[in-house]
Amino acid sequence: MKTLITARGITKQFGATKALDGVDLDINAGEVHVLLGENGAGKSTLVKVLAGIHGHDEGTIEGRASLAVIHQELALVPELSVAENLFLNRLPRKFGFVDRAEMRRRAPELLERVGLNVDPNAKVRDLGIAQQQMIEIARALDKNAGVLILDEPTAVLTETETDRLLEIMAQLRENGVGLVFITHHLDEIQRIADRITVLRDGRSVGVLGPKATTQHMIELMVGRSIEEQYPRARKRPGQPLLRISNFTRRGVFRDINIEVRAGEVVGIAGLVGAGRTEVARAAFGVDDYDYGTVEVDGKPLPRNNVQAAIKAGLGLVPEDRKGQGLVLTATVGQNLELATLENRDAKRLTDVAGKLRIKGRVEQPVKELSGGNQQKVVIGKWLLADPKVLILDEPTRGVDVGAKVEIYELINRMTAQGRAVLLVSSDLPEVIGMSDRVVVMAHGRVAGELPKGATQDQVMALAVQEISA
Amino acid sequence: MTALNVRKYAPKKYLAENGALAGLLVLAVAIAIMQPAFLSAQNLLNVGVQAAVIAIMAFGMTFVVVAGGIDLSVGSIAALAAMVGALTAGPVGLVVGALCGLVNGALISYGKLPPFIATLAMLSVARGLTLVFSGGQPHETDELVSFLGSNLAPSLPLPLLLMLAFFGVTGLVLTRTNLGRRMYAIGGNEEAAKLSGIDVRKQKLWIYALSGLFAAAAGLVLAGRLGSAGPQAAVGYELDAIAAVVIGGASLSGGVGRATGTLVGALVLAVLRNGLNLLQVPPFWQQVVIGAVIALAALLDSLRRR
Repeated sequence: MKTLITARGITKQFGATKALDGVDLDINAGEVHVLLGENGAGKSTLVKVLAGIHGHDEGTIEGRASLAVIHQELALVPELSVAENLFLNRLPRKFGFVDRAEMRRRAPELLERVGLNVDPNAKVRDLGIAQQQMIEIARALDKNAGVLILDEPTAVLTETETDRLLEIMAQLRENGVGLVFITHHLDEIQRIADRITVLRDGRSVGVLGPKATTQHMIELMVGRSIEEQYPRARKRPGQPLLRISNFTRRGVFRDINIEVRAGEVVGIAGLVGAGRTEVARAAFGVDDYDYGTVEVDGKPLPRNNVQAAIKAGLGLVPEDRKGQGLVLTATVGQNLELATLENRDAKRLTDVAGKLRIKGRVEQPVKELSGGNQQKVVIGKWLLADPKVLILDEPTRGVDVGAKVEIYELINRMTAQGRAVLLVSSDLPEVIGMSDRVVVMAHGRVAGELPKGATQDQVMALAVQEISA
Repeated sequence: MTALNVRKYAPKKYLAENGALAGLLVLAVAIAIMQPAFLSAQNLLNVGVQAAVIAIMAFGMTFVVVAGGIDLSVGSIAALAAMVGALTAGPVGLVVGALCGLVNGALISYGKLPPFIATLAMLSVARGLTLVFSGGQPHETDELVSFLGSNLAPSLPLPLLLMLAFFGVTGLVLTRTNLGRRMYAIGGNEEAAKLSGIDVRKQKLWIYALSGLFAAAAGLVLAGRLGSAGPQAAVGYELDAIAAVVIGGASLSGGVGRATGTLVGALVLAVLRNGLNLLQVPPFWQQVVIGAVIALAALLDSLRRR
């Protein structure tokens, strides 16, 4: 097997912290090499060093000329066409002007290589995130990249889209491309990986083969064994704390009825686009709705009024941590106090930060924290506000295994104190494992409700069903 | 990664501001070497007085910039407030300034106009109203307003003291009030601020009203110094105010900025103007130098942040 990139003893220092400490990595042609590790373990730094974005302090890298990285934040121009994006920066030219005919001729070939069936003249803005990713991959292939690094590409994809991506990765592997794949989803690893390098605290702590067990991967990653992935401590539910009735927003969701009782976790499952996030936002008063009522602890909430919702005891951890949850220019402490400016309490703030085991100082800029710790800051903001009901929208997206379990423990602690949690999640094992009941949404409607112990198949069957209007 | 421990704000805070402050010191030393008269007490007081109007305006601008906006109308509001103050009474000018700011805020919050457009419109409207009310003539200021531009004692100019007072207020508002904390949140991530229960629209009303109020105060100080309010007073001052804020290290994309930075920024501009005059650099060239210094300051700041 041909080795495309050989990295030996890579060490990278940021100030006093060693982000990478003597890491070895081989990338071979026709192989999918998974980089696994908790957030902050050094995966992204390693990728950036390989790509030459960061220099390295020690070690050697051979053969990185033919490398392309697909970052999580896509590098496409939304207002330009698919074809223009494919040839961005090296548009074919004739007499000094862009040769549109040539572009239109070559674009379909490229799109075919990644199995993407879209109009090359369509604007990228109008495409889904999965299609946009494919365009980036196609662009990288056109540059004859021998090595393709995919940095958490599936974090934003639905299950079907992920399947499609894995198929294309397998096909690229057939064609001799060397692939580096970063993901937190262990099942994906088991489906595609040829080799797994596990990173922890900047060190390579093990190289596993394709048959590695989930248990083994987790142990290496966190350096200890995690007893249970979904440690839900259930208790008998009390009085209803959140009641959403006949909730309707035309064209988005219809006749939604959800009740969450004290001490209860109710999950909302469904495909991306089923209207789950929209219901959560409207209930919290961020967006307007047409009919229906939202009651917190028996009191109806006025529409479109986040302040009133918070005052009544509702909190929302939004799905997009960086875009909606955090003020990245501010510190950890300033983010924590954001929802409780009216009655600030410095002591409680440090208490909560300590209880959450946020790795980082209160006065540290929040952007320096890893994804898992950032998410804990967003949740901590609401713990300070002391809500009766907390809505969590994809609380563990892009969060590593260790931090995930900590977030689950937080959910348990909240329900043990008699609060209620509404958990919106696309992670099926999570929403089933952590919820006492699962409401499944499809096409803006409630497709059904399942008791605890439901199987993934039951949830999916409801999620994909067609509902006649 | 370190465990959570609570340390008080470290000297790092000072380092972050050193860029502009170091620049100011270098500038002052360079001018003093070339023209020792720069260091005379009288001249230094002059620099302070010259800085005062822009500084007060720039403090108001700091609120807006920290909250992720921009206010192009401050020069015109200053002129309108001074003119109204001269025709009626000083305090009326302040009210008019704050009202103009409120209109800006309403257009931005409830009309959903970009701040650039809303305040560009106000720039024109306020200047136009100044011309209408003045009939194109300068008007003498009353005693109260003239007092603002006077000296309390032979070497104690009131504009200088007012500048320091506004500096103190700005620092307090930014760091010690909820309004200030909300400015940073809104400028840093408006969506996150909204989802944290901050009434972003209402806050913006106050923020632009404050900017209008500060601009009006600056206009009255300017008129007090000159003894009259002119229809073409403070033309282009909004750009100096923005420059002072940016030299002070604030980010035009919001969420970052400090009162001390803005004060230093305003002083840099004043020292530069004063120094160039002392060195007898022709006025046309002065503009070139000032523009170059603004670009240099912004460049240094952007290098420092990398």
